[in-house]
Formats: sequence, C-alpha cells, structure tokens
Amino acid sequence: MSKYARFALALAVGAGLSLASTGPADAETPKRGGVLNFVVGSKIPSYDGHIEGTFGMIHPIRPFYSSLIRINPQNPQSSTDFHCDLCVGEVPKGEEGGTLFKFKIRDDVKFHDGTPLTAADIKATLDKIVFPPKGVPSARKAFFKAVESIEAPSPTDLVIKLKFATGSFIPALAMPFNFVYSKKDLDEHGYSWHRTNINGSGAFKFKEHVKGSHVSGVRYEDYHFKGQPYLDGFKAISAPKLAVRVQAIRGDRAAIEFRGFPPKQRDDLVKALGDDITVQESDWNCVLMATPNQERANFQDPRVRQALTLAIDRWGGSQHLSRIAIVKTVGGVVFPNHPLAATKAELVALNGYGTDLKASRAKAKELLAAAGKSGMEFEFNNRGVDQPYKVVGTWLIGQWRQVGLKVKQRVQPSPPFYATLRKKKDFDVSIDFNCQSIINPIADISKFLGSAGNNYGNYLDQELEDLYNTLLQTGDEKKQREIIRVFEKRALSDQAHAAITLWWYKINPHRSYVKGWKIAPSHYLNQHLDQVWIDK
Amino acid sequence: MGKYILKRMLLMVPTLFGAAVLIFFLLRLVPGDVCEVRLAGAGLYADPEAIAICRENLGLNKPLMAQFFDFVWGYFIFDLGVSMWTGASVVHEIEIRFQLSLQVAIMATFVATVISIPLGIISAVNQNTWLDYCVRGFAIAGIAIPSFWLGLIIILGLLIITQAITGSPWMPPIDYKPIWEDPVYNLSQLIWPAVATGYRYSAVAVRMTRSAMLEVLREDYVRTARAKGMIEKVVINRHALKNALLPVVTILALEFAFLMGGLVVTEQVFNLNGLGKLFVDAVGNQDFNLTQNLVMLVVLIFVLTNLVTDVAYAWLDPRIRYS
Repeated sequence: MSKYARFALALAVGAGLSLASTGPADAETPKRGGVLNFVVGSKIPSYDGHIEGTFGMIHPIRPFYSSLIRINPQNPQSSTDFHCDLCVGEVPKGEEGGTLFKFKIRDDVKFHDGTPLTAADIKATLDKIVFPPKGVPSARKAFFKAVESIEAPSPTDLVIKLKFATGSFIPALAMPFNFVYSKKDLDEHGYSWHRTNINGSGAFKFKEHVKGSHVSGVRYEDYHFKGQPYLDGFKAISAPKLAVRVQAIRGDRAAIEFRGFPPKQRDDLVKALGDDITVQESDWNCVLMATPNQERANFQDPRVRQALTLAIDRWGGSQHLSRIAIVKTVGGVVFPNHPLAATKAELVALNGYGTDLKASRAKAKELLAAAGKSGMEFEFNNRGVDQPYKVVGTWLIGQWRQVGLKVKQRVQPSPPFYATLRKKKDFDVSIDFNCQSIINPIADISKFLGSAGNNYGNYLDQELEDLYNTLLQTGDEKKQREIIRVFEKRALSDQAHAAITLWWYKINPHRSYVKGWKIAPSHYLNQHLDQVWIDK
Repeated sequence: MGKYILKRMLLMVPTLFGAAVLIFFLLRLVPGDVCEVRLAGAGLYADPEAIAICRENLGLNKPLMAQFFDFVWGYFIFDLGVSMWTGASVVHEIEIRFQLSLQVAIMATFVATVISIPLGIISAVNQNTWLDYCVRGFAIAGIAIPSFWLGLIIILGLLIITQAITGSPWMPPIDYKPIWEDPVYNLSQLIWPAVATGYRYSAVAVRMTRSAMLEVLREDYVRTARAKGMIEKVVINRHALKNALLPVVTILALEFAFLMGGLVVTEQVFNLNGLGKLFVDAVGNQDFNLTQNLVMLVVLIFVLTNLVTDVAYAWLDPRIRYS
C-alpha cells in the first residue's frame, strides 16, 4: 500500500471514529479510572472565572467548579440545549412574559471543603457577577443588564427577576465562566480570594498548580452527579508552542488539546497514529473581520467600505483557505448554525457574499472610482499570531489587490496590537474579532454597535442602535430573526461597518482512548470533564 | 584580592542602576498593558470598567516616576512585588523556575566542556590532518545549526525511531519533576535540551580551545619540556592545556550566564518551565514587574559570573595579580 493510500485510509479511519463518537460510542459503558493528561496552549492569569476570559484558565480550572446551568454535555453542538447543573429538573421557562425565572436548587451538593451548597451561594455568586460592588471587576456583567433582582427565599429556591424579557438571559447564565462560589468564602475572605484559591463543587478537587507547568485535580467523591466523574484525576500541562502540543499527543504525553489544531497538524497526527487518533471537528463561535477606522477620511464613505467587503471571495476562501487555516464557514453576524443565522439565500443578497465574484469585484472597482479612491493605499493592522490572524490577513490583502487597492500589512504583538485598537486608534483598517463562549446571538451581535466597548470602528450608527434596542426587548424568535436580518444588512452590507471573513473551524484530534468528550462550537464549552473517561 | 573583589562589587551598583533605568523606561515605550492583554486578549467582550479597575489595582495609573521609585525601592526593602499576570510574588515565580534553569545550564555547560576541550586538543595536536578537518567540520556545524532546530530534530527523531522500534512513539516528558523526586524522569526530560544547547556552545569552545592550544604549543617552554624528554601526554595536559584554558574558561563562563536566562527558544521547544520561558511570557503579557526583575536577575548573573571568571584567572595563571 502506498504511503498516500495509507494516509487516506488513516484519515478515513479517524473521520469514521469521529462520526462514530456521536453514534454508537454513546452506547459504550464508561470505565472508571485513569488520569487524563491534556495540553493547554495558554496561561492562567488567576483562578477567578468572573474576571478572566482566557481558555488558559477555563481548561484547567473549570473542572473544579459547578454552574447553575450549562450546555448539555451530550449535545454540545446545540446552541439552545441547556441543562441544569446545580438546579433540579429542566431549565425553567420564564414566567410573567419571560421576566421571572424560578430555579429549584439541588439539596445534595457540597463544596469541596464540605460546606453544603444552597441557593444563597448561587445568589452571592450572581450578585458578584451582576452587581459587583465598586472596585470589584466583573468581566461579563454587561451580559446581565436585564437582571433586576436575584433572591434566595429558601435554601432550595432561587428567583431571578428581569427588567424586560430577553432571549439572551439563559445563554448568558450558561456561560462557563460563571463558577459558583461559596457565600462563606466570599463573606469571610472577600471578593479577591478566588483569584488565588479554589473551593468549588465541581467533579474534581484541586490538587496542585505549579505555575507555568501544570494544574492537577483528583476525583471529587461527593460529586452531585452520582457515579461521575469517571476519571481518577486530570493533569493540565501548559504548553504554549503548537509543535509541542502536537508532539505531546503523538508521543502520548498528553491525550488531547481542547482548543484546536490547524488542518496540517491534524493530518500529520492521523498519518502518524492511524486509528490511535480520533478527530472531532466543528464550526467555531469565533470570527475574524476587517474593521475600517471611520475616524480616517478614507473610510468615512460607505462606498469605500462596501468595496472592501465586495472584494472578498468568501466562498472560494471557504474551500481553499480552510486547508491551511482554522477558518471555514461563510456566515453573517450570527454563528452559522444557529436558528437566528442567515441562510445561504439571505447571505448572497448581501454585498460581498454573492457567488458571482467577477460581478462583485467589478462593483467594488466602480464604487471606489465613484468615491474617488481607485488604487487607494492603506495600512492593514494585524495581530502577530499565526492561526488564523496572519494567514487570514495575508489572504485579505491578496483579495483587496484584486480591486486595485494597495495594502501594506503592519503585524504587531498582542499588547501593542490592542493598544492600537483600543487606545491609540492609529490604524486604517484592522483585523478584528468576535469570539464568544456560549452562542448567544443577541448578546454577540452587540459587537457591531458603535457604542459597544469591544467595537473598534469608531462610528456611531443610531439606526443600528435603535434596531438593537428593539431586538433586546423582543421575545418572539421569528420577530428576532427579522430584526437581525435588517441589522445584518445594515452592519455588513449597506454601511459595511465591518467585513466579516470566515467563521473559525475547530479541529480536535485526540487519542482514541479518550471517550465521552464531545466537541462544542467553542473551546470554552464542555470542559467540566465529568463525562470524560479513558478506554485503555 | 579581597580589596579587588570589594571594589568590583561596589562597581556593580552603578551597573545595576543603569540597567534598572534602561529596562524600566524601555518597557514602557511599548504600547499596551497587561490589563488589556489579560481581559481583552482572548477576543471575548472586555468590560471597560474591569480594565480600569485592573489598571488601578496594579498601579499602572500612577505617575511614571512614582512607579520607578516603587521599583527601585523594592530592592532596598527586599520586596520585588508581584507578577502583574498571576498575582504571585516575583520571588516565587523565579524560585520555581530557577532550579530547572540552573540544572539545564549546568548540564549543558558540562556537555559543552566534555565535548569541547578534548576535541579542541585533538584538533590542535593533529593540525591539518583529516582528524582536524573532522573536528572543525563538527564545530562549524554546531555554530551553524540553531539549538532550537536541533531540539526539534531530536524530538522528531525520538518519535520516529521509537515508533519504528517499539511500535509506539516516545518523546521526552513535557512537565518537570526535580531530580531528587524522580531522577530518571528528570534526566529523561533534561538530557535532550542539555545536549542540544551543549553542542551549540561546545562548538564555539572547540574552536577557542584549538586556537589557544595551537598558540601555546608553539611557546618556548613547551619546546623545552619536549626537549627535556617529557612524555607528550604530560606536555599537553600539564604545560600546554592549563595555559590555553584561560580564554576557554571565559567563553564557558559567559555561556553559563547566558544559559541561565537566555534559553528562550530551546525552553519553548522542549516545553521547559524555566527562566527563559518565563521571560517570554512576561514580555508577551506586558508584565512589567516580572520582566524588570528578570532582566535585573540576568544582569546580576552576568556581573557575578564576570567577577568569578576574573578571579579564576589568577588561579589558572599565577602571573596574574590583582592589586
């Protein structure tokens, strides 16, 4: 058998096993025991989920904590399937027109220090996240703007009242960063104690953290999902270099890396390990875009911005760029597989999404000529990270050249890159990103509002703001969908405030003996590890 | 000698102060700060208020001179502050990595010494023979091949060879255990970076040993020793080598100092949690406190190594006197 044939066979085996993981693998009986070693490509700033936003914290620390609700670990691809973690039964539907949520809290949960967990602990936790006292940081409190009050009338009852009904509340509550802390710890040690200490009620108890090296945990025997976790423990090994992470899986120093590898590394592993490797793949709730700086005269004319987006061959890029970079899916402002996302028919009606590339580029040239900007020169600000920033950036420059634009790329390391975007604002067009954990379209699309803290286009579009405010107060999904289409057309096509490139694509090759873990559309999700087991 | 050492130690103060001024202000020329990297770096929504609180808590809003004073004052009260990224004390951050870096530096210097001195001698004694050409080729290859590349090749080679032999690929461990806890595990992790860097540094030392030996071998006292009928081994080892070692010791000592803080890329390749990797992380995170203190540590190591080398000269060559 030629090496190419062997490679193709191995790829087929890997893909087959991957597909199998959603089918027959479910029927397998989990085995207890073993320690899961995995590699993490980022670092831990602190243990406090309410402050941090990096997967470098989530992957090693999330298994120590529980949350009120979470995505269904057996169905993480669904963006609407939420399950109770600390509550009982189904995730409640909103009462009183979707403004009142009553949670029944489990009475069999204990923190790792032995303290029973009650509704008061969840209230104290949510108060810290939603209504932090002055001087206490809370990275995601903006997601809970609709919350009016949080009450715990009894140890097993939690009542959350909203100011208005919103479809973004339940997904926000299911964010993996919402670790539930003990009220006792918060009262006794203060709000910063959890940055350097861990006392959760998750599937694993904290064992040790050697800074810069690893975090390890051991099974929590009193975990509230009886019989789980299956693993004796885990070890999260810090490995910032991609090559090390790939080799670690190949050499079986680690079984999995939860963030994702580029296609080339997947192919290398499949080629080297054959059926010892299983590949899971998924669309990824992360997208890169090109954002023009509308403080700069060249980009104040919508025709110029439209030309930027019209020049991009998204459908071709989806086929070819996806072979070398972790991007793949063509989409609009909403994560592609979500019910609120645009269909292909809706997308092709937008500037830059048409399937007739020649016509799109001809229109781009016309618009540039009409705006007096034919052959315009500008600088493209990019982040010095290979995957996918530099790859996509270089591709974008090639696309713009096709319509006569002369673009120079300025690649900067992360700190000055952020300073350029957020403080100095000294760029023409910059790579920009929208990466989220839970798929929460109503919250996620706020990125395109000029008033948003994470919008770097330096514009204010009142029409978009009004549309968004209407959307926020709309409970009906059909109506939400209609509003989002209008919003999308204005943001991406008519005003072209940003040119979305391609949505990311998550590839997780892992040792085939890792079972029970299912890929989610975000590297932040499904990381509590209580359902993972080892079949060696 | 005591007076000389005291004088040299006093001279270290302005050197260290100059380094402190340079690193403090150079770091702040680079735009951006640790709070943005930490809270906005992942691409998630970043709350502006959380970023402002972070800056306030870390003292980044203070006037520059006040920050500089805090930095320098820390040395007088033995408080180096905390890492802006992890919140742990700088001393702790350095302490947990120092042991690994020291071990790799010692092992790599040992490898370099073991390779370079015998090969340098062989090359010099057999000047312009095929043996000399082989050693010179080996040395030139060592200089030309970057140690991180050699590291990658070593890992890849181990994976391929072990898979071919045993059926399952093996690579060195990627997490550290101290040598007294698990010597086999420890050495199976650190021997490879020591070889990769040791070979690189031995190459420079081979050439230095060779040229120093060639010079010494032409000295009158060597000719005299041979004329007296002394056996060649004694001539080389006792009379020539000891005198040829001065520049080699300098090179090896400076390389040792460099290894303590400079194994930036090799540590990444072998996933070693040492000072070099800490350096990269600290710079990448704009962790001013940690970067400043690491630079000061490296400066201190270099200054002290230079002092020790100068003192060692007197031991190697009794003609040298410090007065």
